[in-house]
Amino acid sequence: MIYRETGQFKSSYASDAQLLPILQDRIFMIGLLAFAFVVVPAVGSEYLFDAILVPFLILSLAAIGLNILVGYCGQLSLGTGGFMAVGAYAAYNLAIRVPDLNLLVIFILAGLITTLVGMLFGIPSLRIKGFYLAVATLAAQFFIDWAFARIRWFTNDSSSGSVSAPPLAIFGVPIESPIAKYLMVLAIVCVGALLAKNLTRGAIGRSWMAIRDMDVAAEVIGIRPLTAKLSAFAVSSFYVGVAGALWAFVRLGSWEPLAFDVNRSFQLLFMVIIGGLGSILGSFLGAAFIVILPLMLNQIPTWLAIPLSTAAISHIEVMIFGALIVFFLIVEPHGLARLWAIGKEKLRLWPFPH
Amino acid sequence: MGLTARNLTIAFFALLAFGAVSPMLFGAARFPQWMEIVIGGLMSGVLYSLVAIGLVLIFKASGVFNFAQGAMVLFAALSLVRLMEKMPFALALLATLAMMVALAWLIERLVLRPLVNQEGIVLFMATLGVANFLDGFGQTLWGSEVYTLDVGMPKEPKILFESTFDGGILVNMEDVIAAVIAAFMVALLALFFQKTATGRALRAVADDHQAAQSVGIPLNRIWVIVWSVAGLVALVGGIVWGSKLGVQFSLSQVALKALPVVILGGFTSIPGAIIGGLIIGLGEKLSEVYLGRFFGGGIENWFAYVLALVFLLFRPEGLFGERRIDRV
Repeated sequence: MIYRETGQFKSSYASDAQLLPILQDRIFMIGLLAFAFVVVPAVGSEYLFDAILVPFLILSLAAIGLNILVGYCGQLSLGTGGFMAVGAYAAYNLAIRVPDLNLLVIFILAGLITTLVGMLFGIPSLRIKGFYLAVATLAAQFFIDWAFARIRWFTNDSSSGSVSAPPLAIFGVPIESPIAKYLMVLAIVCVGALLAKNLTRGAIGRSWMAIRDMDVAAEVIGIRPLTAKLSAFAVSSFYVGVAGALWAFVRLGSWEPLAFDVNRSFQLLFMVIIGGLGSILGSFLGAAFIVILPLMLNQIPTWLAIPLSTAAISHIEVMIFGALIVFFLIVEPHGLARLWAIGKEKLRLWPFPH
Repeated sequence: MGLTARNLTIAFFALLAFGAVSPMLFGAARFPQWMEIVIGGLMSGVLYSLVAIGLVLIFKASGVFNFAQGAMVLFAALSLVRLMEKMPFALALLATLAMMVALAWLIERLVLRPLVNQEGIVLFMATLGVANFLDGFGQTLWGSEVYTLDVGMPKEPKILFESTFDGGILVNMEDVIAAVIAAFMVALLALFFQKTATGRALRAVADDHQAAQSVGIPLNRIWVIVWSVAGLVALVGGIVWGSKLGVQFSLSQVALKALPVVILGGFTSIPGAIIGGLIIGLGEKLSEVYLGRFFGGGIENWFAYVLALVFLLFRPEGLFGERRIDRV
């Protein structure tokens, strides 16, 4: 009843091909954006921005990147953390070595550098697939970790190996307060998500999905595996690289290679799977789930007033996290995005039975 | 499937070339010293194989890429070491074994059965969840300090061939015993797989799930058995690794090192896991000693992966893996 498309006729190709063909979706999206850009900055607390929203948004961007690779093109990757590190260190080196570069240009260039690295490590995908490819990308992860820890040039010869981002500013406007950081990240993520959504709807996205569904068949109908796979690696790495640069500059400020270790890769893979493979919306839902869940778990002992040591809490947290992942996979193997779709389907009739 | 003469030859020559080329290329190394590195490498390779065998067993029988094998190693070692504080070794060993079987049953019941028929990646993620759970559960239950596991292995190194070479060859007896245990276990597994009815059923399931089911082999029970055997392998791995490094959280990271091993050997071959482990162990040690200084050290962390990666480019199905033919 609420969510019904009856009476919404499409009378032109443009209206048939638009991003959100149903009026209710458009209203919802505009409302959501207005809420995120206007209401949240007005009422949010510093904790909300720093600990929840900014990490959530940046990781969503990285999850979109990974989803393009794993969900749309079917190439399993465990090297996402490494590619985020490439983005972070590329941005760092651009910022300190090239004077007066606009922050946005830095982020885009960092993304492009990650694109090159990602394509390089994507080459094995032309030969191998599945778990074999996952291990190949794991090689990228460990190699990149090692390179940033050992090769002094990348860290500008800093003695401790940790580096700090320069003060952030765009067009002379300083990005210091949590609200400013949140708005900048939100704007970048919105543009990124829109581009990703349209890419996956277009010819290139369809060629990725054809490769994912069956690569031999895709080749037979005239899709070049080389172009499709490497372009998926390229686009995915771009997003992941920008997310890495944002994570380092906005979220961390100063960081070590350890911030982008293999656990980050697994965390992002969890987001993509729990959120939903092959869904941009799923990337956001998965990121929200993975960011908020540990915070909630952390709070539970305090609510219940159970005295527990910090070590015990962190162990139990890991344990519950693992159990919940299994639980979610059993309940909905297609991810939260599928639950969302089921919910929308139900809303077409609700509150009537037929 | 499995071990053909051709594959064996390839593996043999790979090993041989590795051994022969390394001292020639980087010259000047004294033979005993080189020999020590080779032995050390092979020994650590045996340890990698121990974890890799567990992975291969499960992958063969249930098609699940079990990322939780490392967590199982940690869990088994932790349980054993804490139980040994309260009871004699033999009893603790039995109790731990019982726990691993119970764990296998629980995993089959609560994780695998509801997820039957899902895609490989979903099952893989589920084992990642299991790994998380086991890491957290083990450390909540048994504590998270570093425990020393003492099962009476000799700690002091021994010098062999003193009369033949100057200074002899230094060999760590602990490693030798570990290798013997591993070899014994592999022989036992081979016997179990070849000579018992259960072993035959396991091989049937590994060959073809549906065919096995249609001749009346209960898949669910087979899975419990396979996960139990993998738990046993994890326990042996945990004893060996634990007495070498101390029982601590880093044991669970051993699984990551086993990945290039199974890649190299092929996901479906136990001999492959062993030979892959040996090659990786050897390659790692030799590269660290002879190549490490050109890269600034620490290349042990990624060398195994890059080795596996280069290898994959030439032989995508691994040394002993089954060649896959894609049809539309």
